[in-house]
Amino acid sequence: MSHIKIELRKEDVDFIKGVCSTFNNDPQELINVLHTCQEHFGYLPAEVQEVVSDGLNMPVAKIYGVVTFYSFFTMTPKGKHPISICLGTACYVRGAEKVLDEFKKELAIQVGESTPDNKFSLSTLRCVGACGLAPVVLVGDKTYGRVAPDDVKNILKEYV
Amino acid sequence: MSKYSMHLLVCGGTSCHTSESDAIVCNLRDELEAKGLMDSVQVIMTGCFGFCEKGPIVKVMPDNTIYVGVKPEDAQTIVEEHIIKGKKVTRLLYKDPVTKESVSDSKDMGFFKKQLRVVLRNCGFINPENIDEYIARDGYQALGKVLTAMTPEEVIKEVKASGQRGRGGAGFSTGLKWELARKNQSDVKYVVCNADEGDPGAFMDRSVLEGDPHSVLEAMAICGYSIGSSNGLIYIRAEYPLAIERLKIAINQARESGLLGNNIFGTGFNFDIKLRYGAGAFVCGEETALIHSMEGLRGEPTVKPPFPAEAGYEGKPTNVNNVETFAAIPAIILKGAKWFASIGTEKSKGTKVFALAGKINNVGLIEVPMGTTLREVIFEIGGGIRNGKKFKGIQTGGPSGGCLSEKHLDIPIDFDNLIAAGSIMGSGAMIILDEDDCMVSMAKFFLQFTVEESCGKCAPCRIGNKRLHELLGQICEGKGSLKDLDRLKNMSLVIKDTALCGLGQTSPNPVLSMMENYYDEYVAHVTDKKCPAGQCKSLMEYVINPENCVGCTACARVCPVNAISGQRKEIHHINPSICIKCGACMEKCKFDAIFIR
Repeated sequence: MSHIKIELRKEDVDFIKGVCSTFNNDPQELINVLHTCQEHFGYLPAEVQEVVSDGLNMPVAKIYGVVTFYSFFTMTPKGKHPISICLGTACYVRGAEKVLDEFKKELAIQVGESTPDNKFSLSTLRCVGACGLAPVVLVGDKTYGRVAPDDVKNILKEYV
Repeated sequence: MSKYSMHLLVCGGTSCHTSESDAIVCNLRDELEAKGLMDSVQVIMTGCFGFCEKGPIVKVMPDNTIYVGVKPEDAQTIVEEHIIKGKKVTRLLYKDPVTKESVSDSKDMGFFKKQLRVVLRNCGFINPENIDEYIARDGYQALGKVLTAMTPEEVIKEVKASGQRGRGGAGFSTGLKWELARKNQSDVKYVVCNADEGDPGAFMDRSVLEGDPHSVLEAMAICGYSIGSSNGLIYIRAEYPLAIERLKIAINQARESGLLGNNIFGTGFNFDIKLRYGAGAFVCGEETALIHSMEGLRGEPTVKPPFPAEAGYEGKPTNVNNVETFAAIPAIILKGAKWFASIGTEKSKGTKVFALAGKINNVGLIEVPMGTTLREVIFEIGGGIRNGKKFKGIQTGGPSGGCLSEKHLDIPIDFDNLIAAGSIMGSGAMIILDEDDCMVSMAKFFLQFTVEESCGKCAPCRIGNKRLHELLGQICEGKGSLKDLDRLKNMSLVIKDTALCGLGQTSPNPVLSMMENYYDEYVAHVTDKKCPAGQCKSLMEYVINPENCVGCTACARVCPVNAISGQRKEIHHINPSICIKCGACMEKCKFDAIFIR
């Protein structure tokens, strides 16, 4: 599993248990439980999955299987400003890859990594459905449309 | 709506929303307030108009004027000029790219002229967060008609007679699917709406859910009545927060109005709908995988039979239809099967929504009768290719589809014609490619997608697609041979024949269709080691044109690997064995002396 070891506080454990019981401790609600936990913690480390396993009374291996199957779930924490570059077909043909390369160069990190100060993390995603704005970049909840490699520096400046 | 003499419709779809359309709504309301016009002019945030390229869009009713590329600060001008003085704001009107003339009426715009809106009938007209506006446009009348005047068998007969085929991609008859689900006896049955629109470049389902959520809820209830189910589930992508929010509002409003819940229309029919969220997996668009995902499991497909109509969600008979399929149902019930069947081609009835994207002038969402040609879609509605480039191909059906070339432009679009041409309808995504796109790189791009999204359950998909991707990668790097092209083809055919589910069976389609239609380009990559489109980095060579080079040394100074040599005021030279093809020199050169060979 993940190399990250965290210690859950009692209120964290209580939170997870609470989430499980709002979904009636029903294993069928696993994906909804994981969504709520990820929203709260920002990611799903092994320790969180262990508590969910307890709450829903199902093997942690099954939970790990689900977490790693779906691209929405992550076991590594994201940066303060998570950057996602859309690599859907429409964005790709309008040059999203060059924009991604520019972000990699500027931040000196690869996709899936965070900057050492944990300020930015870089990921790619598949189509946000705003193809009229291609190529699209998301920083947190903010969407940037028609991004050219030259715009990358200015986008990052907004968060310094 | 009648107390107002004028309406300002502002697009609230995702594309326009991200371009600050909510600020436009606020500013328009403030302006109207300041001018004392709040009682006579209403501002409504609607669903998507479809014309995403020129967003944000503001439409003035009743005169049908469309303003494009509106900014929040334009609100004052629109109110002062158009509303008060009755003069159209010329600078915000759409300009026809050919005639260069301003067009104000949407009916005269090439983008809208050829469209026929059945599924999108309410998108861009009503406020999706207000059930009364849906009801005012005949909403829930079809449900009323079905519950009070038709037997379930009659409903199924009507849907069958309409000839509607599933809009999710496979094109199976909707009526037949309902009939199968009805025939299977069970105490509990489920109606599932597939809103897991994972196909990159497709955004019709999202637009329907954002712009007209009640049409889907109404259709699900109609389906429930027909097959004998009182449980509805919508499986929606977590990536669509706006659609989720509007669905939640719509479900609550329908419950409050007694249009969902117990004893609907006093007929004793019960039906309610719950939401289930996806978590980002393309394969979950496949119905068995979707059902497993709703059960909280990994979204892996299982072999059919048993079909979901026999044993689906929780082992009970389940009917799964796509958003677009459902959205057309109320119109079919109200206007009749004959009307629907009169639109379209012999074997594909009705209209189809397409999402145009890529190298096309008018990116957006369109709805046309089946049988419209690709040429009409690309050049009349889509406004042709961007920046005056040459059309090269059109990928229909997303990563599972194929790429069609110039010679296919005049085929009438329907399920069977697209298959015959080597592609598929799929969900209706259309990505337009121009002369700058390399068909080997594109195939590699699609395979990369499939490799990442393959669930890994069956070997042909898990291993075969990976091998296809590797081979395409080698060809892009100039390490391929003619034999590799045969290998690509043979392996593709094996994967098609042996993969477990629709994802694997269709994943080689881009490779096969691109090799079929652009074989010369593949050969150029393996024999001449050249990329005709100039996209494959390894096959490119940066060269200095001695006629333009003035010896300013700018390129040599910017080169990160010192591959450029030459004295001041003398012609420079790039050493191809050192060059890493980063393109920095070309960007720096002010004399256009560096080009790609």
